[in-house]
Amino acid sequence: MRALVRSTRAELLRIKTWPAAWILAGAWLGLNAAFAYLFNYISYRNGDSSFSNDGTAAATLLPRLLPEAVPQVLLQGMPLFGGALMMVLGAVLAGSGFGTGTWKTALTQGPSRVATVGGSLAALALWVVGIVAATLLSDFAFATAVAVVEDQAVVWPALRSVAEGLGTGVLVFALWALTGYVLGVVARGPAISVGLGLVWLLVVENLLRGVGSMLSAVDSLTHVLPGTAAGSLVGAMVDTTTGDSAPGVLTALSGTEATVTVTAYLVVLPLVAIAIMRHRDVS
Amino acid sequence: MNELVLKTERLTKRFGDRRAVDEVSMSVRRGEVYGFLGPNGAGKTTTLRMVLGLVRPTAGSASVLGLPAGTAAVTERVGALIEGPGFHPHLSGVANLRVLARYRALADSAVHAALERVSLTDRADQKFRSYSLGMKQRLGVAAALMGDPDLVILDEPTNGLDPAGMGYMRRLVVDLAQAGQTVLLSSHLLTEVQEICDRVGVIAHGRLLRESTVAELRGGTKLRVRATPSDRALAVSTAAVGDDAVAVEGRHLLLDVPPGRAADVTRTLVLHDGEVHEVTAVERTLEDVFFEMTTRRDTEMEASK
Repeated sequence: MRALVRSTRAELLRIKTWPAAWILAGAWLGLNAAFAYLFNYISYRNGDSSFSNDGTAAATLLPRLLPEAVPQVLLQGMPLFGGALMMVLGAVLAGSGFGTGTWKTALTQGPSRVATVGGSLAALALWVVGIVAATLLSDFAFATAVAVVEDQAVVWPALRSVAEGLGTGVLVFALWALTGYVLGVVARGPAISVGLGLVWLLVVENLLRGVGSMLSAVDSLTHVLPGTAAGSLVGAMVDTTTGDSAPGVLTALSGTEATVTVTAYLVVLPLVAIAIMRHRDVS
Repeated sequence: MNELVLKTERLTKRFGDRRAVDEVSMSVRRGEVYGFLGPNGAGKTTTLRMVLGLVRPTAGSASVLGLPAGTAAVTERVGALIEGPGFHPHLSGVANLRVLARYRALADSAVHAALERVSLTDRADQKFRSYSLGMKQRLGVAAALMGDPDLVILDEPTNGLDPAGMGYMRRLVVDLAQAGQTVLLSSHLLTEVQEICDRVGVIAHGRLLRESTVAELRGGTKLRVRATPSDRALAVSTAAVGDDAVAVEGRHLLLDVPPGRAADVTRTLVLHDGEVHEVTAVERTLEDVFFEMTTRRDTEMEASK
């Protein structure tokens, strides 16, 4: 256990001082601010006739921009855009160590392979929790600003709702970050793992879901894919009845099914990464 | 001095059909500087990787400090620089060592001590990617020395260095040796190994050809004689010092006798109507022995194909 803590501290120090980790976190926070608040606020200010609100009445936009809606708004971009960025983070974190030789260095420092890889995974998970927490805080800041500027009452969401939003966000981001991590370990490098992961996340799963609507066997398969699970988990948390959900938000699985599937991935993916690293020759 | 810090027994690694390391049995004693010699591709680095647990042996075993190689209890007592330094390019030298210090549960003072030991303190805050090759190697050695390990493994620490860098690294290893540090130095810079190491192991084509002290490996000093007529000189020399102790080397005879017998040999040749043109004491360098051994091994390998 002490070795795991040592490894986690070492990896956290590395991530904290790693520009790529900050760039990816910043990119997500920027995208989230732009798509969740900036564009919607511009649409709201331009009124019902604006080209940019795609037929959505301006009046319905305002509630989404206020603090009470933060737990739902927080999650909208996570299954696809945020997930893609977290996948890149995981892939680069694990994969870059093979090219730079830092895996070789880390594995000869004392902690066992299981502890070293476990520490790396734990540090990644903590970083992901930090990103989701930062997203929540920034969303509250934007929503409060909108409420003040638009002279609306600042109504805070229920604590339970905030906790559920935070928890769901962590599950979705951790799922994609760990998927990237395993790809990085399997491919022994960041480039191919990032490429494969992005193609899978942005293209292949969508295509399979399209094929699934025609073939029931493929449809069953899509239900256990990470994108479906993550999208359905978010779909269970946000209002999908308006028909203008963000890309990647799905209703293919129930909330419980999605939670079970995502949790299964969160258990299996680290075990896969550890099993591969434990038995692999590292040069 | 005789306590074994490292011991391998018939250590073997196969990659497909190729035996990269073939039943290597070697030992490193506490307090010695052990030179691990071999041409490129001989199996040195693979052997060291197995010792560190980075590569799993196909057969055989390795133990370090009496414990199975590669276990956590071993790796935390071993410092290593294996086939070039592996550091995060975006971090400074000191930040890289701090990361490693976290793994080893060492205080920051150990980081600064290691940097000081390799004279890198003034450049410690620069990013690793901006370092010259020599500085990168020195940082790798600093990482290996952090926490005062029981065994320091340096794999080709002078690779790619300019003469000044090589000189620096040599002095560093000498300092370590004088401080009683056990060092396993893999190199193909034979002059350096000859100067620095107590014992050496020579590996070629994955097999350990010889393990002994440097002096034993080089053998004693020999006499190089040029005398005419050459056939008579050969016959007289053979009769005087024995068949096994005479070798022909071009126009010279190489006599495996101590230099103190130079006068005796000269007198014998002259008494048998020989004209002695030259008698010199020659000392074989480690390089001579190394090439002799590895070339012989190459020939054997070719013949066995």
